[in-house]
Amino acid sequence: MQLLFGAMLALAVAATVGLGTTWIALTRGTAYGGVTIGAWTAWPKSGTAGIDPYARAMVARTGELPVGSGDGVAFYAWTDNAGEALDGRCDVLLSGITPQARFWTLTLYDPEGHLVANSVRRQGFTSQEIIRKSDGSFDIIVGPRVRPGNWLPTGGVEKYQLVLRLYDTPVGMSTRSESEAPMPSIKKGTCQ
Amino acid sequence: MMRLALWLLGALLLGGIVHLATVLLLPSLASQDAYARVSAIAPVNAIIPVPPPTPENEVMPFMDPAFAISVCRYDLSRGSLKFSVPIGQAYTSVSFYTRGDVAYYAINDRAAGRRTIELDLMTAAQRADLPENEDITRADRLIVTSPTTTGLIVIRALTPEAGWIPGARNTLAAARCRQ
Repeated sequence: MQLLFGAMLALAVAATVGLGTTWIALTRGTAYGGVTIGAWTAWPKSGTAGIDPYARAMVARTGELPVGSGDGVAFYAWTDNAGEALDGRCDVLLSGITPQARFWTLTLYDPEGHLVANSVRRQGFTSQEIIRKSDGSFDIIVGPRVRPGNWLPTGGVEKYQLVLRLYDTPVGMSTRSESEAPMPSIKKGTCQ
Repeated sequence: MMRLALWLLGALLLGGIVHLATVLLLPSLASQDAYARVSAIAPVNAIIPVPPPTPENEVMPFMDPAFAISVCRYDLSRGSLKFSVPIGQAYTSVSFYTRGDVAYYAINDRAAGRRTIELDLMTAAQRADLPENEDITRADRLIVTSPTTTGLIVIRALTPEAGWIPGARNTLAAARCRQ
């Protein structure tokens, strides 16, 4: 009886621990080899044949195709620089410059990677569309209400993520620091 | 007490095995991965335009809306494949994915260094079967070796503004992928 109880308990714990850790690993983006700069993280190795098993499983779960390393690299942000989750009901200011690249695109997705509906049908910016300041830096306001300048609508969703993709860029696996790849800062503003 | 601790230790070890097994097996079990999603719209060994993503409708998540995209779902089981795409005004890239969605090769217009990206796609066995001298005459042709017999070629043409979409579509329409 004791043996049966022990075995049942052990199997239940094993299943919970095993499946639970897999779920956490795949939903929280815990693949190895991430390059984190400010609030942004990229996995340059995911665009190569050397992709690690966690990133492979994540890609299989979401159904996306990772950006190939000969094409570019994608940086993801789920939080602002202070570590607070991005909230579509608040204004968020992206400001600064981007690393060396032929061009870049910034896109807003919901946590599952789907585009977010909004009244002006704008899902992102490309480096050619952006209005810059005289020193070449830019400000983008990500928020629910219309703003002058570079406004990226959130559609008022509770949670979202930003993806900054650099194309034809030297940024990659060997990139380590902010000085090599200056990414725009993300600061939270007022909320509705 | 001691016995319970032993059971729990065993459970944690088993949990670790379950974790590793699920992570490693998931890519081969996933039924809604990118390859499966593209298969639903793309015939074999032909170029098919992928509709641009919208909030209501998309082929895959995390698609970059700034690009016009076409795919070629290839099957090399009956021989190698010839692929070509002309380079337009805007940035163009070609990425190769295995059956398991691993990006094993990608090239962009600048790396190609010509007006066309032109290459032969084959399996390692087909490459080994190439006659020696043919390999030399083909030295100016790029040969890409696919780790799997089936997979995806994704062609992306940048449309930085709406006015670029027709040109990018023309570039993609001129792409070829055939045996």
